[in-house]
Amino acid sequence: MSGFDIDNVALLARLRLEGAERERLGKDLETIIRYIDQLDQLDTARVEPTSHVIPIQNVLREDEETRPFASSDYLNMAPSEKRNHYEVPKII
Amino acid sequence: MKYETVIGLEVHTQMKTRTKIFCACSTEFGRTANENTCPICLGMPGVLPVLNKRALELAVRACLATHCTINPLSRFDRKNYFYPDLPKGYQISQFSLPIGEYGHIDLPANGNSRRIGLRRIHMEEDAGKLIHGENLGQPDKSYVDFNRTGIPLIEIVSEPDLRSPEEARDYLNRLKSILQYAGVSDCDMEKGSLRCDANISLRPVGQKEFGIRTELKNLNSFKFVQKAIEIEVQRQTRILDQGDRVVQETRLYDADRNETFSMRSKEEAHDYRYFPEPDLVPVVVEATWLEEIRRSIPELPDQKRERFVRDYQIPEYDAEVLTSSRALADYYEQSVSLGAGAKTASNWIMGELLRELNNDERDIESCPVAPAALAEMVQLVENGTLSGKMAKTVFEEMYRTGKPAKQIVADQGLIQISDRTAIEKMIDEIIAANPGQTEEYRAGKVKLMAFFVGQTMKASKGKANPQIVNEVLKEKLG
Amino acid sequence: MHRITVLQAKEALRTKKISSVELTEAVYRRIGAVEPRVQAYVHLLRESALEQAKRADAKIAGGEDAPLLGIPLALKDLICLQGARTTCSSRILDNFVSPYDATVAARLKSAGAVIVGKTNMDEFAMGSSNETSWHHPTYNPWDLTRVPGGSSGGSAAAVAAHECCASLGSDTGGSIRQPAAFCGVTGLKPTYGRVSRFGLVAFASSLDQIGPITQTAADCAEILNVIAGHDPFDSTSARVEVPDFTRTLDRNLQGLTLGIPREYFTSGMDPEVERAVREAIAILEAQGMKKVEVSLPHTSYAVATYYILACAEASTNLSRYDGVKYGYRSDQSASLLEMYTNTREEGFGEEVKRRILLGTFVLSSGYYDAYYLKGQKVRTLIKNDFEEAGKRCDVILAPVSPVPAFKVGERIGDPLQMYLSDIFTISANLAGIPAMSIPCGFTRDTGLPVGLQIMGRHFDEATLMRVAHQFQLATDFHTRHPSL
Repeated sequence: MSGFDIDNVALLARLRLEGAERERLGKDLETIIRYIDQLDQLDTARVEPTSHVIPIQNVLREDEETRPFASSDYLNMAPSEKRNHYEVPKII
Repeated sequence: MKYETVIGLEVHTQMKTRTKIFCACSTEFGRTANENTCPICLGMPGVLPVLNKRALELAVRACLATHCTINPLSRFDRKNYFYPDLPKGYQISQFSLPIGEYGHIDLPANGNSRRIGLRRIHMEEDAGKLIHGENLGQPDKSYVDFNRTGIPLIEIVSEPDLRSPEEARDYLNRLKSILQYAGVSDCDMEKGSLRCDANISLRPVGQKEFGIRTELKNLNSFKFVQKAIEIEVQRQTRILDQGDRVVQETRLYDADRNETFSMRSKEEAHDYRYFPEPDLVPVVVEATWLEEIRRSIPELPDQKRERFVRDYQIPEYDAEVLTSSRALADYYEQSVSLGAGAKTASNWIMGELLRELNNDERDIESCPVAPAALAEMVQLVENGTLSGKMAKTVFEEMYRTGKPAKQIVADQGLIQISDRTAIEKMIDEIIAANPGQTEEYRAGKVKLMAFFVGQTMKASKGKANPQIVNEVLKEKLG
Repeated sequence: MHRITVLQAKEALRTKKISSVELTEAVYRRIGAVEPRVQAYVHLLRESALEQAKRADAKIAGGEDAPLLGIPLALKDLICLQGARTTCSSRILDNFVSPYDATVAARLKSAGAVIVGKTNMDEFAMGSSNETSWHHPTYNPWDLTRVPGGSSGGSAAAVAAHECCASLGSDTGGSIRQPAAFCGVTGLKPTYGRVSRFGLVAFASSLDQIGPITQTAADCAEILNVIAGHDPFDSTSARVEVPDFTRTLDRNLQGLTLGIPREYFTSGMDPEVERAVREAIAILEAQGMKKVEVSLPHTSYAVATYYILACAEASTNLSRYDGVKYGYRSDQSASLLEMYTNTREEGFGEEVKRRILLGTFVLSSGYYDAYYLKGQKVRTLIKNDFEEAGKRCDVILAPVSPVPAFKVGERIGDPLQMYLSDIFTISANLAGIPAMSIPCGFTRDTGLPVGLQIMGRHFDEATLMRVAHQFQLATDFHTRHPSL
């Protein structure tokens, strides 16, 4: 058993899975997880993890208000907006 | 059963930068909703973050000012959760390698000091602001303003070393002072540039293990932090006294009712799935740069206090009060540089000035008496123009009307009479007018001195120099 | 005229044999003729393209020059182009019009390019066949019953069908190289950090790179010259000098060593693919390259490693698609939770959901160490494999795919099988090294193109393109055209 709980993971990922799709994806994930479990065969106790494949450090930006983007009405792109605010269903 | 209170505080404070942490949008407070936004802080497809150098420097300053160890390599991580005020669906924060760890703040206590440990300081981006429907549009909706998204924050996590609500408040005041001094943040809770959550637990006195703790949120002022902790301690005490267990949960503080209540218990335990942020590279603050930053930090409270004692020759207590905020210390130094005597200025500030401000619930930044005005008044006292008592009246008038001391003195003719001849004349008249008391005094009723002083003050409308009055009376009465 | 390469077009424009407007119109006529069958594009930008072409002609008339002045190019639809739809072939971004230019798009425009349109892809770059596109599939110009490869299927097909002079694609696990191989064109995945990712809709941040898909290696070099280089908007873009990649193309291959990784030639390959690749290697040896055998011992773990890391990063990169700020939002949602779950359920296709689930799982509490952290460590081992091999050879040659283009619908039902077909391309992304695919033959029975993969050291694209160019001087596979 992989420990994969599709309902828990779907909730974390904010996906509503139901019926045939839920079953299909559940099976697919079980298969894939079994496959990726093969990494257990490797002894990596003394191996450093790679987070960044090219060694770069200290990329910084000056604290200046430049305006690199042409002025744009981003609010207009919102599915729902009111009085200069983005509108969503009520948060309890 | 006696319980010990154990408190840890998590403080989030906005750093004083011109632009946001990962994009060049302005951080200016009070603009129209969603005006300070761009594709980057809105989390549009394809955008990437680039770290603001000043934010890093201020974070390092905060670490240095609180004696944290700066991690030689520091990194950003993604903290994943869904919320409308979080455009990317994750917050860029620091988890495994924060910028600083294992610092401390010393709180003065009864001549000694209590050391409160800081577990860590890390950088992260702020989220947007949520407004509830009734206030803006439809009651069944909520509204988001992303101006605040991406403003640079540091999170300062204390060890659970605090032991009382008062101590918690002291800690916050001290931390605020240090951060303001270091130029890291304005620490203005009203503007939202400082936020605080508290973790509270109780344990039987003598027990080593910590008790179950609750987290308190929605604490909007230092006063409320203290009150909320007091209420929560009472609540937990009641529970434990009954033999029940405290539920580990998050509670919100209701200031109107002065009570805490549980957030919906159905809230999912957050699995933030932290992992290293692939779009940002590690930060390495090497020795030379660290020294530069260290040297750029303005004088911190402890150093300033020591300097005040040394250079102004004022007592430790005075220096402590005067350096409790950077603004107050600046005020003091300015008034001294403009001519006020060091100790006199200190007395006036600690006494009359702070009292007026406290009554008004104002802080020194909005004091209606400028340092120059205070200095002018103090000099009038020092050169004998005003008696101490008269000066108090003048000061109240200055505070109320904003008029300078010299003008008030001129308007009300309050100049102290220090002319010995004039006083002698006045006293001669009083003695002549009160033969009975004069004789009784000369016979030994020395208490009557107060009567003669009072008469003189009345005759001079309070303006006679008290010292000279006393001298002349003693001379003439014998 | 539409078959013209970038270099040929530059020359023809410069000598005024053709105008940019003529060339662009010819491309659109070609698109009109073959698009109904190939369906490489998702949006055509005819009006703005002709504007750009007119401006280019005016500049040329005025004696001005720019590296890609007047050349019609296409962009994969996950590269943001200001004012144009950028959908990533997903329903969730179907109505998204980008308010800004990706850095590469801005650089192309500065270089005078004419942007013909946006090309089709697997949804959010997740796929190897262009079958997960929400809009429609794209078909292989060499055989319209087969896939063009993916995820840059549209970009590769467009070049193969001469619906543009060249295009940009993106490559996270092979998404430029594999469709280039399937479509008989040339494709380059640069070193990680060589080309800015700003404006590239992210799939897997530590693996993604944008690269050119062209008819020739020389064209690749021209385009890489324009798009490569440090970008202050991309913290992961390298501060490495950008050479003129065209300068060393003509040097012969004497003294260069090629490495053959034994793990890439095990059984399981289509025999025709193996034949074409081995013959290509022989040609390069004949051109003076020394051959050594090398070993990349952790190759068999690459697919597992890749899917853990790529899906983990992707799962969080796609969290921003929540219906709040832009894009699709589901209609019937009573609560906030429903808005999220319905929007994402309806907005994403099944492959995307599969990968989001996998990625969320490998990062989740209790599983991070066993999967994500483990994956990062194996990535180190794979990267080290290439570093070791690079001590003994200048380039590594291998197949691109174990099979040529497969039939539409053949693999889409078996996700794991689809993933395993990336086995040869995936390691280069994990190691961050540059890698190219060039046409090296055709299958005898089905006449399908076969690609040769050339991998190299970090930031050594020049050597890759030199090998590729010299090979193309000695062969004519890259000049053949599908009969559409």
